[in-house]
Amino acid sequence: MLAYTIRRILMLIPVLIGMSIVTFAIIHFIPGNPARVILGDQATATAIANLEAQLGLDQPPYIQYFHYVFDLLKGDLGTSLRTNTPIAAEIWPRLAATIELTVFAMIFAIVVGVNAGIISAWKQNSIFDYTAMIIALIGVSMPIFWLGLMQQWIFAQELGWLPAFGRGNPRDPVETTTHLYVIDTIINGRFDQLWTSIKHLVLPGIALGTIPMAIIARMTRSSMLEILRSDYIRTIEAKGSRTLSVIYRHGFKNAVIPVLTVAGLQTGSLLGGAILTETIFSWPGVGRYVYEAIGTRDYPVIQSGILVIAFMFVIINLIVDLLYSYIDPRIKY
Amino acid sequence: MKKSLLLLLLSLLLVVFMAACGGDDEPADAGDDDDDVEETNDGGDSDVDDSDDGDEGDESAEAPAGDQTLIYARGGDSQSLDFASTQDGESSRITLQIYESLLSFNEHSFDVEPGLAEDWDVADDNVTYTFYLREGVKFHDGTDFNAEAVKTNFERWSDPDHEFAFTDEGYAYSVYGNQFGGFKGDDGHIIDEINIINDYEIEFILTEPFGAFLQNMAMSYFAITSPAALAEYGATINENPVGTGPFKFVSWTRDDSIVLDKFEDYWMEGYPKLDRVIFQVIPDNSARLTALRAGEIDIMDGLNPDDYELIQNEPGLQGFERETNNFGYLGFNVEMEPFDDPLVRKAMSHAVDKEALIPLLYAGLAEPAINPLPPSYLGYNDNLDPYEYNPELARELLAEAGYPDGFEFDLWTMPVARPYMPDPERAAEVLQANFAEVGLEANIFTLEWATYLDELTKGVQDVFMLGWSGTNGDSDYFLGNLLSTAGIPESNRTFYSNTDVDALLAEARTTVDEGERAALYEEALALIHEDAPMINLVHTTPVLAGSDRVQNYIPHLSTSEALTKVELAE
Repeated sequence: MLAYTIRRILMLIPVLIGMSIVTFAIIHFIPGNPARVILGDQATATAIANLEAQLGLDQPPYIQYFHYVFDLLKGDLGTSLRTNTPIAAEIWPRLAATIELTVFAMIFAIVVGVNAGIISAWKQNSIFDYTAMIIALIGVSMPIFWLGLMQQWIFAQELGWLPAFGRGNPRDPVETTTHLYVIDTIINGRFDQLWTSIKHLVLPGIALGTIPMAIIARMTRSSMLEILRSDYIRTIEAKGSRTLSVIYRHGFKNAVIPVLTVAGLQTGSLLGGAILTETIFSWPGVGRYVYEAIGTRDYPVIQSGILVIAFMFVIINLIVDLLYSYIDPRIKY
Repeated sequence: MKKSLLLLLLSLLLVVFMAACGGDDEPADAGDDDDDVEETNDGGDSDVDDSDDGDEGDESAEAPAGDQTLIYARGGDSQSLDFASTQDGESSRITLQIYESLLSFNEHSFDVEPGLAEDWDVADDNVTYTFYLREGVKFHDGTDFNAEAVKTNFERWSDPDHEFAFTDEGYAYSVYGNQFGGFKGDDGHIIDEINIINDYEIEFILTEPFGAFLQNMAMSYFAITSPAALAEYGATINENPVGTGPFKFVSWTRDDSIVLDKFEDYWMEGYPKLDRVIFQVIPDNSARLTALRAGEIDIMDGLNPDDYELIQNEPGLQGFERETNNFGYLGFNVEMEPFDDPLVRKAMSHAVDKEALIPLLYAGLAEPAINPLPPSYLGYNDNLDPYEYNPELARELLAEAGYPDGFEFDLWTMPVARPYMPDPERAAEVLQANFAEVGLEANIFTLEWATYLDELTKGVQDVFMLGWSGTNGDSDYFLGNLLSTAGIPESNRTFYSNTDVDALLAEARTTVDEGERAALYEEALALIHEDAPMINLVHTTPVLAGSDRVQNYIPHLSTSEALTKVELAE
């Protein structure tokens, strides 16, 4: 187990090097000049040339790459071309925002998705089953953009129950230490702010969690149906008990592996790909950070941002793999 | 799995429950909460602004953050809070609150008014300008504003080797270079000498007369930073701004919000009215409007023109108009066949129905452009005969130019909305239909924004959509950049080059007398009109919306304004 973990962590290195080369190549192949974007569409040629020289953009790409990797090995993620600020300092608050949102979205997706899936399987072909699966189908196909705007319109504008944007009340800013607002507010003992932070998480969390929720529900249902047809469940039935609690206790444990796999993959992709949700709900997360960097050709931010996202993705997959053997002792590494 | 899930759920429920209790507790607790707010603010202050002494920190914390706190929502974050090293409009929106220039613009126009300088003199030689500085003005860090500070700032921008230029850290002062003809040692650099006469008198000596000098001095790019802060923060001055303006910097959460507090020692008696201003990023236009309607914000920028009428009839809301200061156009690559033929360009100018574009794309908040210059500008030529919409004539001219059957071309369409072009895609479709009517086949072609700008400088475009916004109200800023040979290819993307126009523009630049300057520009505009290097589409009126509690908010033409006089009604 330990040897496996170490091997998996070592395998991270070639993956990340590969990622960095691919990212570097792609962003340098696309046309567009960061100096021009920084200086705007109303800049002069000399200004652009000067800035290029200052930023080292006039050097050949492979030199730029080696500079970048060298800095990276020293633990330096580079400096944003656009804001002139170290990326390490810029990225954590955004990553924290994204992690917080992802965790909330996944809690919603897993709690609702797993339960809906189990009950659907238990009451296969019932009204509940059909309704749940139709909702799941709609959930998978729903454009997040539309869902987000509808949520805002109903819950923020018309009902006024929930806030439409941001992570907290801007009039009463959260004092940050970890940048995870839910944790920061607890550290500060500001439970009123905690409540505000949670309210801010609800709409974007549901918008972001809807697709994973639907996928998890369908996966749980099909996985459970298979289990429910197996011999030991038939034995339990033969003993005369097919209650929901039996299904939860004996059935779900065996159905959980594929569900876990899907949940892990979804978590990974939410961490990097929540740009739409982050845009609609003004959530200052890492997806928008990298997206805006692409728009302004902020090379170091794109590179380091994607590297960090890839790192998280790989780590989550590792955790999921390790969880397998914890949940199912038959799986050994 | 089930157990851990249950645990998670339970703990979440517990947390929510605790939170609910915490919020609804008896009034005794509310007092505690207030104390916490103070702590928060203190923490924020000391984190970001070490120069603030403890007393000031307490002051800002005691100011109730409820009544006079204004939340201003915008689409994007600022790049930097060092105004001189950026051209980003979202940056100057903030720095205008924190910093002031020697002169300022009138609320409604680009007329210069006193700023940090109470008065100024221009000597008869037209190259010596003396500024009489306001006395008793303090920077936010408590140091005095004086002539030395002015000189330090100007030297910082003009001399790349200056100790505060931060050249090695990637600072570049391109606006300074554009507006003052280069940097120290360059041939075109217009500022020859800066002499301190006494603490509150400073003299600028120019190399030659320069018509736009006073306008430039009022630009937000040439505001005065505390020299003590430059020494203290060095290259991180872009995150720690210290000026003399009505509001002082408190904190900046990137991509989220910038918080500014009232500067208690502001020199203008009784101002600012607001205790706190929060600039909040809300990227999506509809989401921003929802937040306004929900009462979560007070002012929003970037209202869709279509929503403007709606807003005005909604209780609790009001609309604001920013006066016209831009110009959207359809440029020809005049070096590319067939657009090298003025007849073709004129024909296409007659093919576009601007009047029909305006209600369709701008909800009426625009006027057709005749000159490549907004109407309020010096030298705007009223005597030109505009290219009227006339498909018949367009077809005739095309036949005369040798294209009776028309031709096919790429219509380069911007991928992003700009004030002068709120919906480029729809605009392209309308223009495409206009051109089809006279037998021309326009293929809509678009690229991602950074690429678009880059490709345009390479001269590979046929016909392209773009625009220009004014920053200092000077006509040269439009004409010199867009249509002079010197502007090729960075700002002059039509590659239009006419030596007569160049000569007129150069002369106007060094002319100080307004009447003479106006005449020169009018003449240049007449030549440009005859050559038709671009189809002048529209000047637009950008609109904003706000809650009806907002008072005395006057959007300035230059895209941003100080909120000194703004206040919130009950």
